[in-house]
Amino acid sequence: MSEATTGKQPVITPVRIVIALCLVAPFVAMLWVGSYAKTEPLLAGIPFFYWYQMLWVLVSTALTVVAYKLWQRDQRARHTRNGGEGR
Amino acid sequence: MKDVNVVALCVFVFFFLAVTVMGFLAAKWRRAENENSLDEWGLGGRSFGTWVTWFLLGGDLYTAYTFVAVPAAIYAAGAAGFFAVPYTILVYPLIFTFLPRLWSVSHKHGYVTTSDFVRGRFGSKGLSLAVAVTGILATMPYIALQLVGIQAVLDVMGVGGGENTHWFVKDLPLLIAFGVLAAYTYSSGLRAPALIAFVKDTLIYLVIAVAIIYIPIKLGGFDAIFDAANDKFTANKTGGLVPVEAGQWTYATLALGSALALFMYPHSITATLSSKSREVIRRNTTILPLYSLMLGLLALLGFMAIAAGIKVENGQLAIPQLFEDMFPDWFAGVAFAAIGIGALVPAAIMSIAAANLFTRNIYKDFIKPDATPAQETKVSKLVSLLVKVGALVFVLTMDKTVAINFQLLGGIWILQTFPALVGGLFTRWFHRWALLAGWAVGMAYGTIAAYNVSTPKQKHFGGSSAEIPGIGEIGYIGLTAFLLNVLVTVVLTFVLKAVKAPEGVDETSPSDYTADAGDPGVSTELPKVGAGTH
Repeated sequence: MSEATTGKQPVITPVRIVIALCLVAPFVAMLWVGSYAKTEPLLAGIPFFYWYQMLWVLVSTALTVVAYKLWQRDQRARHTRNGGEGR
Repeated sequence: MKDVNVVALCVFVFFFLAVTVMGFLAAKWRRAENENSLDEWGLGGRSFGTWVTWFLLGGDLYTAYTFVAVPAAIYAAGAAGFFAVPYTILVYPLIFTFLPRLWSVSHKHGYVTTSDFVRGRFGSKGLSLAVAVTGILATMPYIALQLVGIQAVLDVMGVGGGENTHWFVKDLPLLIAFGVLAAYTYSSGLRAPALIAFVKDTLIYLVIAVAIIYIPIKLGGFDAIFDAANDKFTANKTGGLVPVEAGQWTYATLALGSALALFMYPHSITATLSSKSREVIRRNTTILPLYSLMLGLLALLGFMAIAAGIKVENGQLAIPQLFEDMFPDWFAGVAFAAIGIGALVPAAIMSIAAANLFTRNIYKDFIKPDATPAQETKVSKLVSLLVKVGALVFVLTMDKTVAINFQLLGGIWILQTFPALVGGLFTRWFHRWALLAGWAVGMAYGTIAAYNVSTPKQKHFGGSSAEIPGIGEIGYIGLTAFLLNVLVTVVLTFVLKAVKAPEGVDETSPSDYTADAGDPGVSTELPKVGAGTH
């Protein structure tokens, strides 16, 4: 999240780290194929491999929503502190 | 040659004609209303609310890739084809991070294509040309995939096709598909508006809903489906329900490479840029991923085809054949129409986006800078036809039975524009000549590596995965080429900076990348390009 910042506010803040984690998490989970390449446990007859990845669709959506909300808050806060400057 | 399914064919033709006529009439009607109306096709919808936008955008994501190619890959290879799900999961964090910046800088400077941006950012016409050529080239196999989808539907309905017939009869479905696409694009262009999208999307959602509920019930539940699939893969000793250890690198690299590639395509960039504000892009990334869920369920149709005992030589026919066997004839016709129109509309959009790229960044920049709007339109229309001919060449020369390779081949190429575009969005550290050299190396490596992949059916371009040099695992060629590209770019940038090679002029400034609608100098509407709007 390296949006340009104005004034003397730090570029890296705890909130922004959380945002970054929310966005990075799906990559770690999905690219680590070994962690889910198995059939057990089944869910409604669907092997783990399939339902786990579909579950991650929901998880990643939730994470993106969190990132979006935090980002909006972050931007609003910066906007106010800068007195209308920066975004 | 099999018998023609008359009922299904009639329903199919009915919907096809309805949509084509609607598109034609709508084009006329809109023209009367507003001659200079801007690019209609983004459908990101200036006047639509978030949910309608969601509905429409979702329909755009469903192409022959989702309906035919991915389930076919699952049908043939099992788990390996499921990479499409993590691929679509990873797309959204990427969009969230990159595209708002592109939206801002484009709306500040009136950029319509990635080439525009690259030229403005690095002051390099050569780099801009490279990006434009790559975009046009990479779109062709993607369109080819749509043609294969339409062809599969016609084939199953009994319109020509079959393997051992006269060549003309064999390729008849393809030629019809091509003809319909060309006529459709020519008549409606990008004006084919929201109305068609609604019909198309309603059809698609209807078919998806019915398919993923009705078929599993009829086949005795997911237990039975996966058991049947497991039996087949065990018996054939190919594929499986879970990727084997050696296949995991391939799985991960295909997912990541495809995700990085998706938003580089000319048509996806145009769609993104037509959103109302930069915030809309981010907001959409929070709801669009739900589509991946349906993609996952559709992918499972590949297993259902196995469980239903469908045996086809050409895997692309598996899903249409499944629909024909499972559904009553009239609904099979509806399903075929959904697949057909769902392939036709994106193919038209893709070919026009590629044509506009040519007109704007090659024709006007290099061939005829003082072209009149009428000339631009003419060139755009001609090129959109040529792009489709290019797609046809891909279909005719490559193995159609693994259609997903078309999309992956396009990905190999389009990924090579990533360093210039995304690199440029965040930093100007890269040297323009280094980027150009990196692009050339990536393109050359990717093309040669793909050329050398052979299958029993095809000597060249048989697949999109090869050994990753230095790691020894099999991975997606596009990603390997991309890493090579970045390596060359970084090393040469150091060298060129050391020898003080001249940098191009950067016409953008840091604040351009964060501007939003309503800020001074930000236009909500972008300049119009080529044929689409005429």
